[in-house]
Amino acid sequence: MSPLLLGAEEEGQSRVSSPSVECISQNGLGIREWNYLGLSDFCSVDSSGVPDDNGNNLNLKATELRLGLPGSQSPERETEHCFLNSGKLDEKTLFPLLPSKDGICSSSQKSVVTGNKRGFSEVKGTIYTEKKWMGPGAVPDSQSLQPVSHGKYSVAQASVKKDGPANVIQEQPCTSNGTKVNRTDISNNSSAPTANRAQVVGWPPIRSFRTKTLTTSSKNNDEVDGKPGPGTLFVKVSMDGAPYLRKVDLRMYSTYQELSSALEKMFSCFTLGQCGAHGTPGKEILSESKLKDLLHGSEYVLTYEDKDGDWMLVGDVPWEMFIETCRRLKIMKSADAIGLGK
Amino acid sequence: MNYFPDEVLEHVFDFITSHKDRNSVSLVCKSWHKIERYSRQRVFIGNCYSISPERLIARFPGLKSLTLKGKPHFADFNLVPHDWGGFVYPWIKALAKSRIGLEELRLKRMVVSDESLELLSKSFVNFKSLVLVSCEGFTTDGLAAIAANCRFLRELDLQENEVDDHRGHWLSCFPESCTSLISLNFACLRGEVNLGALERLVSRSPNLKSLRLNRAVPLDTLQKLLMRAPQLVDLGIGSYVHDPFSEVYNKLKIAIQRCKSIRSLSGFLEVAPHCMSAIYPICGNLTFLNLSYAPGLHGNKLMKLIQHCRKLQRLWILDCIGDKGLGVVALTCKELQELRVFPSDPFGAGNAAVTEEGLVLVSAGCPKLNSLLYFCQQMTNAALITVAKNCPNFIRFRLCILDPIKPDPVTNQPLDEGFGAIVQSCKGLKRLSLSGLLTDQVFLYIGMYAEQLEMLSIAFAADSDKGMLYVLNGCKKLRKLEIRDCPFGDAALLEDVGKYETMRSLWMSSCEVTLGGCKSVAEKMPSLNVEIIDECEQMEFNLDDKQKVDKMYLYRTLVGHRKDAPEYVSIL
Repeated sequence: MSPLLLGAEEEGQSRVSSPSVECISQNGLGIREWNYLGLSDFCSVDSSGVPDDNGNNLNLKATELRLGLPGSQSPERETEHCFLNSGKLDEKTLFPLLPSKDGICSSSQKSVVTGNKRGFSEVKGTIYTEKKWMGPGAVPDSQSLQPVSHGKYSVAQASVKKDGPANVIQEQPCTSNGTKVNRTDISNNSSAPTANRAQVVGWPPIRSFRTKTLTTSSKNNDEVDGKPGPGTLFVKVSMDGAPYLRKVDLRMYSTYQELSSALEKMFSCFTLGQCGAHGTPGKEILSESKLKDLLHGSEYVLTYEDKDGDWMLVGDVPWEMFIETCRRLKIMKSADAIGLGK
Repeated sequence: MNYFPDEVLEHVFDFITSHKDRNSVSLVCKSWHKIERYSRQRVFIGNCYSISPERLIARFPGLKSLTLKGKPHFADFNLVPHDWGGFVYPWIKALAKSRIGLEELRLKRMVVSDESLELLSKSFVNFKSLVLVSCEGFTTDGLAAIAANCRFLRELDLQENEVDDHRGHWLSCFPESCTSLISLNFACLRGEVNLGALERLVSRSPNLKSLRLNRAVPLDTLQKLLMRAPQLVDLGIGSYVHDPFSEVYNKLKIAIQRCKSIRSLSGFLEVAPHCMSAIYPICGNLTFLNLSYAPGLHGNKLMKLIQHCRKLQRLWILDCIGDKGLGVVALTCKELQELRVFPSDPFGAGNAAVTEEGLVLVSAGCPKLNSLLYFCQQMTNAALITVAKNCPNFIRFRLCILDPIKPDPVTNQPLDEGFGAIVQSCKGLKRLSLSGLLTDQVFLYIGMYAEQLEMLSIAFAADSDKGMLYVLNGCKKLRKLEIRDCPFGDAALLEDVGKYETMRSLWMSSCEVTLGGCKSVAEKMPSLNVEIIDECEQMEFNLDDKQKVDKMYLYRTLVGHRKDAPEYVSIL
């Protein structure tokens, strides 16, 4: 074992520390070989089709040997491999898997291949078992890890194209040979918004007490400023006569006065009038008249649309209640605001 | 052999306090064994099913303090079904029947019923200390019994338990005569408490050093409590929300300034971040700061707070601190030994998280760092190698990349080399948790270098049985091994079954082990309980030995199969 483990990245020579050396020599051929062996045994009920048929989909360019220094990217490999972002993942693959993002993409597809109910990691396990069986033959001595690890990498990045609506593409060239692209680039190009990670049971490993507590604190907004939980509360702010809208994060403020000052600053370019917050510090509830004073004299009033779709004057209810019910804000001319409900 | 009377040896043994050492002492000879067991007051049982209460009582008649752990660690993450086991009642019942003068009971991951608590409170006159960590099964009624009946109670410490809160009267159950409290921690309770009773209790507890409040305790009560207990060393704030211009806030500032002994601060379960300046006066003395339940505190306010904490040794925070914030920690907290960064949004898009950069900064700025729990968005080999160079003193290194098989995003390599560097550099490493894309290679490194490793947690890693074999062969001091979602099968499991007798336990879930393999272990090693946890009851219908086992938990035991296992657990 190389004593210079800490410098392993530069070394790249010793067999043990750098499987990439071995992989380089095997290149695309090795990948395809593993592909066949790994996948044909696992195509199950879903009948994803033998990947070999879709060999053309193996982007050989993607498997091309690229030896870059750590840190260099291969930016041009993009669009072809963005299948993952098509959003056409089969339901089966989505649950309980993680959606297409970064390193998870390949694993989610692996599970498609096996149809294993236990999720992507299970699939990973299954594939490895296969290789393990091949192990004794292919790996005569305990020190030689290369075939196994190599195989693992390539299977991990094996291309699988599923016919049919699922259309899950699993394509990543062997990362161990130094190619840089795949997941990072794919994720960089990900246009599909990753709303929530689909949850694998027990991952990430956080005590359920903690998860529950933090979720509760995000719900108990009442007197809490700042951002509990997933915590931003952006609402659109429009102003009569302004050419475009703005957005504010209501959680950034704890009083009407703060909100008002911020809005003033934001929209000052559209109006004349002074800045400068008057009003009594510490008072959370601002009366209608105070708001008028703050917002450029009596010309404008601040109104909001609440959960029921009604337009209300800002300032009547306690702040905490306000941010819970406010959908969006509008700075109206006071003439237009006559008759607004309270 | 014995040149001294027993009493002399006993006196010598009094100075030997660590469990390991006392265990060693008891193995020297029969005479020492006897002396040791009669003088032993504190016993630690890492797996409540490894021994029976009767045998414990028989061996250690002088027992005063008992620590018990129940469920396997992965139960914390919902991998163990609810009623798997770990009931404390039989222990309390047996101890109550005996003549043991129990004074302290510390439980972790056990099921504690109100009945148990009540029995406990009534059976031991000198009972002084109850510590419950990650337990469940009790309500505030059980706490009321403890409060009412334990006349000399010094410590009631509830950490992260699931308590059914029947609302606050339990605090009123402390009699007026109870003045012995040193530590009271009820931060995990979700319900209201009787604030008046709390104030009176604190007023009549002059020895109170540790007080951790729950969310229901508002700021004005906090202020009153601090005025009455300026001697506090450890404070957990419940609700910290108020108007910065109010009278209450001013009073709070004064009260806090009187608390010159506070070294440990936690809580902030509700927080108004613009009011943290009241805390600054005590920050300079803090050695432990736990803000991991305060998602409302972040950004500049958080950084300002941390900048005041120059003596910090342990810091628990949420990842909304960001890499930048960790940079501030690195510049400020030169004495830092333990860092825990928890995810504030574990299932979200991950925009709040920290990355390898933050960790590298802390490792560079805090050379005394020896314990880490780090949930992050990504990690690189280069970063881990740097961390290993900067901090060779790690005892606990637990890294959790939120995306469990994510490779090094810069090189797209697995993280084998990075973790390899950690185990090679940190010769005293006792606990390790891995994540990220990992092959068999990392396990080779672990087997070779992690000589002191006692606990290893693996998830979604490895390529083959070799991984597990490297670990089992190499880590001579391994006590706990827990594995999920790895391709380890029967070959690895059966390679050296004798090894499991040297360990406390082995957990394997969603791996490749089969029923046949598990049966084989059970057959060869009668001193192990091999439990198959089969929630979906697959096993019932298909007893084929080739069937893969979803969850297997095996542990060494002196008392054979346990009798309290639920239906879906089969002990082979």
